[in-house]
Amino acid sequence: MTATRKIIVYELRDIVRSRWILFYALFFLVITEGLFRFGGGSANALVSLSSLALVIVPLISIVFGAMYLYDARSFTELLLTQPVGRVALFKGLYIGLALPIAMSFLLGIGIPLVFRGILATAHLETALVLAVSGTLLTFIFVALAFLVAVTVEQKVRGLSVSILLWLLLTVLYDGLVLALAAFFADYPLERPMLVLMLLNPVDLARVLLLLTFDLSALMGYTGAVFEQFFGTLAGKAISIAGLMSWIVIPLVAGIRRFKKKDF
Amino acid sequence: MDHDTAGVGHRTRLIVAILITAVVHTAMGQGIVVSPEGPVRSISEAIRQVEPGGQVTVRKGTYREATIEVDKPVTIIGEGYPVLDGEGDRQLMTVTADSVTIRGLEFRNVGVSFVEDRAALKADGVRYCRLESNRFINTFFGIYLARTSQCRVANNVLQGMGSTETRSGNGIHLWYSKQIEIANNTVKGHRDGIYFEFVEDSSVMENVSEVNLRYGLHFMFSDRCKYHKNIFRGNDAGVAVMYTDSVEMIGNRFEHNWGSASFGLLLKDITDSRIQDNHFVENTVAVYAEGSNRIIFERNDFVENGWAVRIMGNALDNVFMRNNFIGNAFDVATNSRRSNSRFEENFWDAYRGYDLDRDGYGDVPFRPVRLFSLIVEKLEPALILLRSPIIGVLDTAERVLPSLTPETLADTRPSMRRIL
Repeated sequence: MTATRKIIVYELRDIVRSRWILFYALFFLVITEGLFRFGGGSANALVSLSSLALVIVPLISIVFGAMYLYDARSFTELLLTQPVGRVALFKGLYIGLALPIAMSFLLGIGIPLVFRGILATAHLETALVLAVSGTLLTFIFVALAFLVAVTVEQKVRGLSVSILLWLLLTVLYDGLVLALAAFFADYPLERPMLVLMLLNPVDLARVLLLLTFDLSALMGYTGAVFEQFFGTLAGKAISIAGLMSWIVIPLVAGIRRFKKKDF
Repeated sequence: MDHDTAGVGHRTRLIVAILITAVVHTAMGQGIVVSPEGPVRSISEAIRQVEPGGQVTVRKGTYREATIEVDKPVTIIGEGYPVLDGEGDRQLMTVTADSVTIRGLEFRNVGVSFVEDRAALKADGVRYCRLESNRFINTFFGIYLARTSQCRVANNVLQGMGSTETRSGNGIHLWYSKQIEIANNTVKGHRDGIYFEFVEDSSVMENVSEVNLRYGLHFMFSDRCKYHKNIFRGNDAGVAVMYTDSVEMIGNRFEHNWGSASFGLLLKDITDSRIQDNHFVENTVAVYAEGSNRIIFERNDFVENGWAVRIMGNALDNVFMRNNFIGNAFDVATNSRRSNSRFEENFWDAYRGYDLDRDGYGDVPFRPVRLFSLIVEKLEPALILLRSPIIGVLDTAERVLPSLTPETLADTRPSMRRIL
């Protein structure tokens, strides 16, 4: 554990010194502030911010995550010559990277939200769901990035795979869902849709955010089914478990490969 | 000592009463005063005694008596809102004579009936009635006009206590009536706030109808009626109007009628009407039109609704002119490939065009029907993909090369600025 902690601390310092993470925080700061200033009402601003965060957070997390691990290859090899366990090293690298990315996202959106007193309004729930889902998405996509980086040897190929993975989860998956829904239009689709949404972390985060905006009224029966499901404790537990398993499964797979990997 | 003052008080009151009676008698025929401890203690008795055209003054107090029948033209005036309590089992007052005025009474506890349309105040087959400044609390039906004409219902406050649609009645209920004026009333917690069936040439002005269990306003077969400056807010199903010609709705607010079966304004078979200067804010569907023809929608504000306009293929020749569409999830949705209505000079916040000749109108047409709204019209579960990036991609592609959305449903002169 101490080895892990030391690596985390080292990495935190290393990343905070890089400009990348600063720009990332600044980006969200400017966007959030801009949306609240010119977006016409805080509800509108939060909707736009959520849509943007659901695209940008996964992209930056997976690309930056993969890139960092490729660039840290010689550092990793150096550490592996020392008496440091591979699992401890992997965990340290992972947490040390995901944590600052999540923190800078939270700071970026958090400062304007607190400063503008949004947290004291009726939008508190949305802001909280946005913060939590943004954080979880960061951890999920950094985990996926690590899995890609330990699996694919070449950096360029690894980065392309990462971007493809991001494209698949944020855009193509929904297209597939739409195609499936059109194909099976004659059947009751509410429950299958619910399952499909639970399977994709980006969709799950989006649906959770939609529900805080009370948009389920637009969705008729489908909305009612979703509302009912996510309204229950079991539904909440399942959705949290769904998001967590997207962190745990890639991490476990990544650690396995990392342990066997021949550097 | 107490006894003495009481005696004096009683005597003074008696003298005053005699004096008032005398004054009223010389001024306007005969007047009767009803009070809990006076010579006349029931309103029914007062009506029996009063001459036609006379006045019954009801003093403050609570009156529990059998259903009062007002069968001669009289004026009944309450002082300090005397309470008529139905104890949950009867209609309170039935008006069966012309030219009756009822003012300043508080009607309470009519009680649910599944057999009859029991109302606090029912007028049946009369003309020239004036029902003004009364209060209705926990009445099944509040004001019920049947076969009446030239009546005025104004400044009343109605508070229903219904829990479900089946166990509650309408606030202001009109049936087979004409030339009725409904003004400045407040209706809450009833089944339908204001209900018209076979009503003609009437006006509904500046009323507030909110948090009713079904519709804020509901009418059918009620031609040539006017609805001005009313507020319909937070009703379970919004406002629904049907099978009527020549409706005029001007300056009303339809606000926060939010729910999966809720409409700001549902139009079914409404024809030759004008809907103008209304505000539709935060409704699931602001305007839903089905089988409705030749309606002019002008200068309305559609702000932050789920759907601003949902217009079915069987609605023909409607015109949407100079309306504002701001912050709606869907501006216009339709189930048809063809557009049977015209859109002109509206302001659309989603418009991305330009105005090179600077005449205030965009140079490229705006197509308000998104591909996604067409998809969800056919495939409701797809709505769960709302705000997904793929939807943005599809919508953009469709906007550049329209192939599925109705080509002709377009605003050829979209306004660049919000219409004030």
